[in-house]
Amino acid sequence: MADDKDVLRDVWFGRIPSCFTLNQDEVTEREAEPYYLLLPRVSYLTLVTDKVKKHFHKAMRAEDVEEMWFEYEGTPLKWHNPIGVLFDLHASSSVLPWSITVHFKNFPDRDLLHCPSSSVIEAHFMSGIKEADALKHKSHVVNDMQKKDHKQLWMGLQNDKFDQFWAINRKLMEYSSEDGGFRYIPFRIYQTTSDRPFIQKLFRPTSPEGSAHTLGDLLKEMCPTALPPDGEPKRYQVVIHGIEPLLETPLQWLSEHLSHPDNFLHICVIPVPSD
Amino acid sequence: MPTRRTRAAGNQWESTEQRHFRCHVGEINYDVNIGGTQLRFRPLFSDCHLLTEQRGRSRRLTVDERKRQVPAMPVSLLWAVDVYGRVYSLSTAGQVWEQCRDAQMEFKRVTAAQRCCWGIACDNGVYLNVHASDLPVRCQEEAYENQRWNPVDGFSDRLLPSDRWQWSDVTGLQHQPLDGFRLPSVSWEWEGDWHADENLDGEPTEKGGWTYAIDFPATYTKDKKWNSCVRRKRWLRYRRYNVMDSWAKIPSQQAALPDPFSDISCGGWEISDEPRGRMSLWAVSLQGKVWFREGIDHHNPEGSSWEEMTLPGEVVQISCGPGDLVWAVLWEGQLIVREGVSRDCPKGTSWAVVDSPSPEVGATHVAVGINVVWALTKDNKVWFRRGVNSHNPCGSGWIGMVGEMLMINIGLNDQVFAVGREDRAVYFRQGVTSSELSGKTWRAVTVPRDGDRSHSSASSVQSAGCYFCGEERAPSAVSDVESDTEKGSTDGSGLLLAAAAVSTEPSADAAPTDPPEARVPKVTSDSFISDLVSDREPATAPWGAAVPEEDLVLGEEEVRAPCAGAAISSSQSGGLGQWSNVDLEEAQGQRDQAGAPADSADTCSLSSLAAYALAAEDQYGADQHPLWAWVSGGGCSVDSHSQLGWFNCSTTNASPLVQSVQSMSLSVTPAQTAAWRRQIFEQLSERTKREMDNFRHYEQAVEQSVWVKKGTMQWWRDWRPHKWTDVHFALEQFSGPEGDKDGILFIYYNFNEEKKYLHAFINEVTILVPVLNDAKHSFAIYSPERTKQRWPIRLAAPTEQEMHDWLALLSDACCSSRGIQGPPSKQAVWSVTCKGDIFVSEPSPGLEAVPYPTPCDQMFWRQVGGHLRLVESNSVGVVWGIGYDHTAWVHTGGDGGGFSQGLASSTDNIYTQVDVKSVYIYENQRWNPVTGYTNRGLPTDRYMWSDASGLHECTKTNMKPPSAQWTWVSDWAIDYGVSGGTDRDGWQYAADFPASYHGYKTLKDFVRRRRWSRKSKLTTTGPWQEIPPISLIDVSLLPCAAPSGVDVVPLWAISNKGDVLCRLGVTALTPAGSSWLHVGTDQPFKSVSVGGASQVWAIAKDGSAFYRGSVSPQSPAGDCWYHIPSPARQKLKQVSVGRTSVFAVDENGNLWYRQGVTPSYPQGSSWEHISNNVRKVSAGPLDQVWIIADKVQGSLSLSCGTVCHRLGVQPVEPKGQSWDYGIGGGWDHITVRGNSTEPPRARLPSLTAPAPPAPPAARSAEVNGSAGEC
Repeated sequence: MADDKDVLRDVWFGRIPSCFTLNQDEVTEREAEPYYLLLPRVSYLTLVTDKVKKHFHKAMRAEDVEEMWFEYEGTPLKWHNPIGVLFDLHASSSVLPWSITVHFKNFPDRDLLHCPSSSVIEAHFMSGIKEADALKHKSHVVNDMQKKDHKQLWMGLQNDKFDQFWAINRKLMEYSSEDGGFRYIPFRIYQTTSDRPFIQKLFRPTSPEGSAHTLGDLLKEMCPTALPPDGEPKRYQVVIHGIEPLLETPLQWLSEHLSHPDNFLHICVIPVPSD
Repeated sequence: MPTRRTRAAGNQWESTEQRHFRCHVGEINYDVNIGGTQLRFRPLFSDCHLLTEQRGRSRRLTVDERKRQVPAMPVSLLWAVDVYGRVYSLSTAGQVWEQCRDAQMEFKRVTAAQRCCWGIACDNGVYLNVHASDLPVRCQEEAYENQRWNPVDGFSDRLLPSDRWQWSDVTGLQHQPLDGFRLPSVSWEWEGDWHADENLDGEPTEKGGWTYAIDFPATYTKDKKWNSCVRRKRWLRYRRYNVMDSWAKIPSQQAALPDPFSDISCGGWEISDEPRGRMSLWAVSLQGKVWFREGIDHHNPEGSSWEEMTLPGEVVQISCGPGDLVWAVLWEGQLIVREGVSRDCPKGTSWAVVDSPSPEVGATHVAVGINVVWALTKDNKVWFRRGVNSHNPCGSGWIGMVGEMLMINIGLNDQVFAVGREDRAVYFRQGVTSSELSGKTWRAVTVPRDGDRSHSSASSVQSAGCYFCGEERAPSAVSDVESDTEKGSTDGSGLLLAAAAVSTEPSADAAPTDPPEARVPKVTSDSFISDLVSDREPATAPWGAAVPEEDLVLGEEEVRAPCAGAAISSSQSGGLGQWSNVDLEEAQGQRDQAGAPADSADTCSLSSLAAYALAAEDQYGADQHPLWAWVSGGGCSVDSHSQLGWFNCSTTNASPLVQSVQSMSLSVTPAQTAAWRRQIFEQLSERTKREMDNFRHYEQAVEQSVWVKKGTMQWWRDWRPHKWTDVHFALEQFSGPEGDKDGILFIYYNFNEEKKYLHAFINEVTILVPVLNDAKHSFAIYSPERTKQRWPIRLAAPTEQEMHDWLALLSDACCSSRGIQGPPSKQAVWSVTCKGDIFVSEPSPGLEAVPYPTPCDQMFWRQVGGHLRLVESNSVGVVWGIGYDHTAWVHTGGDGGGFSQGLASSTDNIYTQVDVKSVYIYENQRWNPVTGYTNRGLPTDRYMWSDASGLHECTKTNMKPPSAQWTWVSDWAIDYGVSGGTDRDGWQYAADFPASYHGYKTLKDFVRRRRWSRKSKLTTTGPWQEIPPISLIDVSLLPCAAPSGVDVVPLWAISNKGDVLCRLGVTALTPAGSSWLHVGTDQPFKSVSVGGASQVWAIAKDGSAFYRGSVSPQSPAGDCWYHIPSPARQKLKQVSVGRTSVFAVDENGNLWYRQGVTPSYPQGSSWEHISNNVRKVSAGPLDQVWIIADKVQGSLSLSCGTVCHRLGVQPVEPKGQSWDYGIGGGWDHITVRGNSTEPPRARLPSLTAPAPPAPPAARSAEVNGSAGEC
């Protein structure tokens, strides 16, 4: 079987082919061609769409341009969620490439956070890492790191440098063998059917008896509706990075291998496509 | 069978087999098995028969049609060979692997068709197993008797001179007397005698069967007419192929077959419109040639002759599909495809070359079906070829598949079978349909073997008695030792197991005592093992209980008996013993109830009891589930709809034993194969296909940019006065257009207030070496230029951690700029520095090219985790190392550890490694007449506490461990083990410093010294696993062994007490081997080397050499030593034997070549001096010569401990001409014995062909003479 580190690479180098089109209502000087891009699943929309912005700016007058935001089939896309999560949650059953509409007007303040610069993304990303380490190691690891290590994590993500990112991130994924895992698993469960942005609670990787908790155990406690009822066909898919791991997959392993760079395991619970 | 192994010759195999889990086939199963041979095949005939009928109507049925006509699923067989060479078949309707009973020897390969199965056995013969069918295989022979009319005699055999032969073939051109007909092989028999054919075109002829004509050749009629001048009669005789359902050797009509076959593949029976029963059989010889078997058809299942095919290269493996696909793998890793295969030309016409799926990793294996091609690469990755069909046999592209496999085979309907790398289970690809040829998932076939199953209803004495003692033998035969040895290896091993046990049981007197020599190899002439055995006999039944390994250590020897060791070692059987005892009691109870204490049964239950206990001891978990070597689905008709009971065997009917077996095999299944993990791998690769494969042309959102890492360091200035200078250090990395990474490193320094920098391209760095320095955390960077200068860039990091971070980063950068990743290849060249750091270099193809090899200084070396004093490898990838503390280690195949705890390395197969070494200081004293010896020396004397040279002061308090990685683990103690000897207080005396010291005081001795030692310990990690318990000082592996995973690799070693040892059971798969075999010597030894054709040379402590006679795979330890004097006035210290050449190094640093070594006179005639300043030599499988040299002059400096390569070594010039200098100094050891990569030009003869053994006559002649210098 393949090596586990291959999973890290697969996760990191996951790409979603996307087609950016300008919203019909935008005022343009000339017609704006769609823009095709491979988006890294683990990155953030506003971090990787400079090219999109430049492309459409060329077709528009400067005074018509406000803060760029994205929408898919009427849903404003929250840039602070990883791209892969947005896709899995909203568009996993759609035809590729993922068709994203670009807006430069009418920023939906109620739905989206403003993102004036990449430093906002950096702050958001680093706060995720710190929160995750608080759950995993009582913040010990992240606090022991130097500023330059923090920077290296961010630069790794920003520049899509797997090796540089993981050179530091591996320290965040360590745990002593006597613990048998992290203190708590940093996870977030997203549902399209719920108004809550996500579910996030304390959950340990092992049961008090010492057996490893699985993905199924987590869902049973956090989101029982996601599990197929006895004897009935399943109604929800549990998707991480575009794949559906088996429910018996150990949670600790998932956390080490399928977490996003912010060190959270982002789990999407989406209805099974009706077709 | 032509090769019935003698008992002694077979010992090596038998000892491995004894380790193997053996259980019994109860009486009931036995009966079933006897009938089962027929039963098993019976449904198959009906299937075959149906096919032949249909084909008779010149129409082929599709699989679906066949299904409709046969109500139940047609039963067919999947064939497989386990790692012990036993052949098994699994019925599509069955749930158990049934051993092919009549295979009288081990097989290497099988390739199956529906009506037969071909194989290569361990005697390298090709065997054929034709399945019995209602349609006998008959062949008609005919001859014509010709007569001419003359007026005198009427019709008579007096013919005209111009006429044809009196007995001829139909054309009359060939003389064919009836007694000239011979059966093609022993597998045929005549059905009757010759008889006249009384039919002519379906009409009966006149009596006698004569037909008439005007003249030869003309139209013959049945009626004699007035003008009928000639007549002829057709004689017929039938021969019948009479060896059905058993293996028959294909006679090799051609004595011309130069080398044995290594691979075989049949197919071609579905080439469009082909005559019924025709089949193609392709074979690959050890030398890489490809042969096609001519003339196989229904009437001639054996075929007629081998025809050699022309080839674009050397083939290692071939696969022929049922249709017109034929693919083969070249030695270099590309694949070739046979084009032009058709009905009229089943051999095809030409080859097309297809590149390996992975540009860096060559293909190792290919399997073709009707419309599919699957391949494996060296890294065991699985690949599927897109777009293959009969119009485009080459296909269009490779797709990587999930899973890691050792071999792969395509069955009927393009179904896929494979043997897994990790667990050697047989895997079936589920979901292969004509629309989805790549299938969905791998599924392990989990059925047990028939031998694994105990029958819960075994109730008779016999079945209880023959528990575990060999499989198909009638129980009473157990005691019949002598006659049973004839029964072949499978039987023999079980038997020997029982026999051995009998001889050691206290109650063995009840049994016919088989002499214990039966299981003792020839080496026991060296008396050690027979001692062991005789020691054992009085002992009362320690066998039943778990025998701790310590019990086997005899005195100082620390060696175990070969077979007993194999059988008893690893007493991990706590729980296992538990259930086996319960079972045993039950069996005994049943026996008592049955109350049939016939003598034979009694004996047999006794012996089996003992055998059972033995067998229970050797329950290695891994042996519980079958380890497969080969699988062939060519006779196995399944499709995606087949309901197979292969995967989750129901245990409800099984006895507790089966359940235990299964739970065992479950527990040994590596977590790697867990379903959830496989699911994730598969889904991720599907995700890649779905989301990325069609969109690769899209622009990437994030552009790759330059990445810079900076730091501060100290740099050892290049110019005088040399000193450590503070510098800024930066590594800039960038991605090339193809995603390959490259980089430059910069060293910024100030010179005369001016900012300057020095740079090095990462892709030119040849090595990063940590440097032993107790004050600095320093390392050196070499490039080819710097190697020539003997002046590396030397840097020191502020802290140890930073040094390791930088080394890991730089090493990762260097590897990725050269596209090197993963563990070292089998061909890798290994070396060790004096610091104990281990390096490997992947040999370039041109490294041994003549006359222009890759220069040594361009070799790229990367570090491997761990700490060793020496390392030895061979070309099948077995690597052993020895630590400073003499611990033996075996390479796990992992990558990384130690120095590089980064992403660059995987944590798989990385373990903690501990090494201990002693630090020595000397206490020096001088005698004066007043006080005797005191620590007050003369002013000119050395330090009173010093190192060995006396130049440096070393006191107990100021002495530090070798580096920061080491810690003290003992206190200072006087060392008495100094060469030259010491007195009771450890003192050595001499006339003056520095002189030669002796262990007693004389009147002329004015100084004395004694050595103090203190142990320090290092803990690191690396891809190494310890091989307890014997400490070694030298080890050597046969450099060029067959690449098969199951072939035993000869390994010799010297223990730290000077004993010569032979490791049994070392294979590419089990590199650690199983047990040690002690080879007796008259004095302690210090170096050993095993070279091509099992030549074993060793160096004794007295500095003379020894050659070991009669070493062969059958007798791995040889029979006796031949003393070979050392070169005049020199004491040898190390020896290395390549393919043919023998090199040795003496204590004064001279390198010697052994002249006159020939196969018939392997000891050679004399030593020839080659070079001085040599520290160590390694002769490789190509006879290449590499050394560690001292005093190598570079343009800026001199180095000691330098890797050097002998140039100009050729078959006619084995001594070579000059040295090429590589990396160094500071190197201690090198081994090139893994590198059998032949240079692209000026090829040497193949190495894989076994070298001819020395003629026994020549050898026995030398036994009496002193096989010395002549």
